[in-house]
Amino acid sequence: MGKTLAEKILSEKSGTEARAGDIVVAQVDLVFVQDGTGPLAVRQFEASGFENLAKPTRTAIFLDHAAPSPARELSNDHTMLRSFAKKTGVRLFEVGEGVCHQLVAESLANPGEVILGADSHTTTAGALGAFATGMGSTDTAMAMALGKTWLRVPESFRVVVEGHFGKGVYAKDLVLHLIGLIGADGATYKALEFGGETVSLMSISERLTIANMAVEAGGKAGLFPSDNITKEYLVAQGRGDKYRRLEADADAAYERTIKINAAALEPTVSKPHTVDNTALARELRGTKIQQVFIGTCTNGRFEDLAIAASLLKGRKRHPDTRLIIAPASRKVLLDAIEAGYIQTLLEAGAVIDPAGCAACVGIHQGVLGDGENCLSTANRNFHGRMGNPNSFVYLASPATAAASAITGEITDPREYL
Amino acid sequence: MNLRGRAFKFGDDISTDHIIPGRWFHLRSNLPELAKHVLEDVSPDFVARVKPGDFVVAGRNFGLGSSREHAPLVIKMAGARAILAQSVARIFFRNAINLGLPVLICNTKQIDEGDELEIDLVSSTVRDLTNGNQCTFGRIPEVMLHILDEGGLVPYIRKHGDFKL
Repeated sequence: MGKTLAEKILSEKSGTEARAGDIVVAQVDLVFVQDGTGPLAVRQFEASGFENLAKPTRTAIFLDHAAPSPARELSNDHTMLRSFAKKTGVRLFEVGEGVCHQLVAESLANPGEVILGADSHTTTAGALGAFATGMGSTDTAMAMALGKTWLRVPESFRVVVEGHFGKGVYAKDLVLHLIGLIGADGATYKALEFGGETVSLMSISERLTIANMAVEAGGKAGLFPSDNITKEYLVAQGRGDKYRRLEADADAAYERTIKINAAALEPTVSKPHTVDNTALARELRGTKIQQVFIGTCTNGRFEDLAIAASLLKGRKRHPDTRLIIAPASRKVLLDAIEAGYIQTLLEAGAVIDPAGCAACVGIHQGVLGDGENCLSTANRNFHGRMGNPNSFVYLASPATAAASAITGEITDPREYL
Repeated sequence: MNLRGRAFKFGDDISTDHIIPGRWFHLRSNLPELAKHVLEDVSPDFVARVKPGDFVVAGRNFGLGSSREHAPLVIKMAGARAILAQSVARIFFRNAINLGLPVLICNTKQIDEGDELEIDLVSSTVRDLTNGNQCTFGRIPEVMLHILDEGGLVPYIRKHGDFKL
């Protein structure tokens, strides 16, 4: 019997014949924390009596959630993390460098690796063929010290996507549709493994969007094969030597197979307050939006800003709708400046937040008022998510977000394409 | 060992943003202050009423969302001795066990707010002393039982120095 991608990677990293349901101790190739989970991880690391990291150059700290810091308590957390980094040799990514998952993709993750992050959206790096999963502060602290962790090898769902996306339909619509289909706990503990003709043609940017949201169906990982598109991406990032081809065996065993026809999808929106509460954008016309937020580890990449700029070129945001843009990394911001997208977005009336998590987590840079609706390209719309339990978050693609910024209400982007 | 306490009942899909929302992010290094806000958007008086030894009882997919370990941590700090739920999100489950807070998967539909519960960890049984119902909870993987036995992952690693499967 062949192996799924998860079984292949975890077999290699545990030195066992790892099969779904087995509990293994696996080598961890990369471990990271961010400024929300890092301080507790450092305290747990120290409480365990450790002084040294197993792999300092493969351990990272990202200051992205509260960046730049809006409060002195958070500034002190940043100081503590900087001092830990100096002492131990951890690689520290400063305020303004970007969201951890985008930076992991740009500069750290490689196919076949096991990656642990103290952030639930660590699944993002599955786009590059890594087994990447989120854990809490204590688990990541122990992985920082020991260079390994224990894992239950997950059963896998195979998601097969065929057909071409129609105009105005993107990877985000696909993953929102998938979560609506299987539910917010539909893949709890499972690895979601993506395949099919559409997936084989998808850019890394699109794969990152989908892998990012695997956790919104409860998934432990969202895995893509490592293929020529992965190779091109790694070469472009200056680490082509890390490429290896990786795919599941043809006779691997899946708990469930889900088939999706991309050609039948339409622009999709998750309504408050759960990601699986999906509807079509055209069905929600008339829902007023006070704030549009385009950014995050889900949809803050160059390709996403390109789509937003193409819709907003020569147009203005609706006077009753704020438009906030947060590039996912400094590189994304620089590239978007060079391409003219930032100028286009500013001329359309946008505010540009620093590269980082920005308004996504409800800490700063776009907290909602009572009764307000936000259309966001992020991954989560939970009650209270954007800093106010009396507000409402809708999730959609950058195209739907840009079209809605123009009209001031939820709008199918095909009206503007 | 038997645990006895009152049930504080919550519904389905209680997320980490319900348990401890991002607007209190700046209190994450001030745990006593952070813990005052546990579950306040769902049950504003929970923190005032819960007593040491009580139980958080929930429906499906408890703890979905963020990896913030502060979520189980503030529930534990509030005094809860265990969490009972129909199902629980993966990261939350690991985080709770790592802090020495048992999470028991069982049918919680028959349990009402305020019911007196007795949990027998040896026979995996929950008895509702208020309405007489009884249910069993699922087995926790052995490695997690060992971590729980030590009171969490930090004491476990301090003792063993490594993961022992």
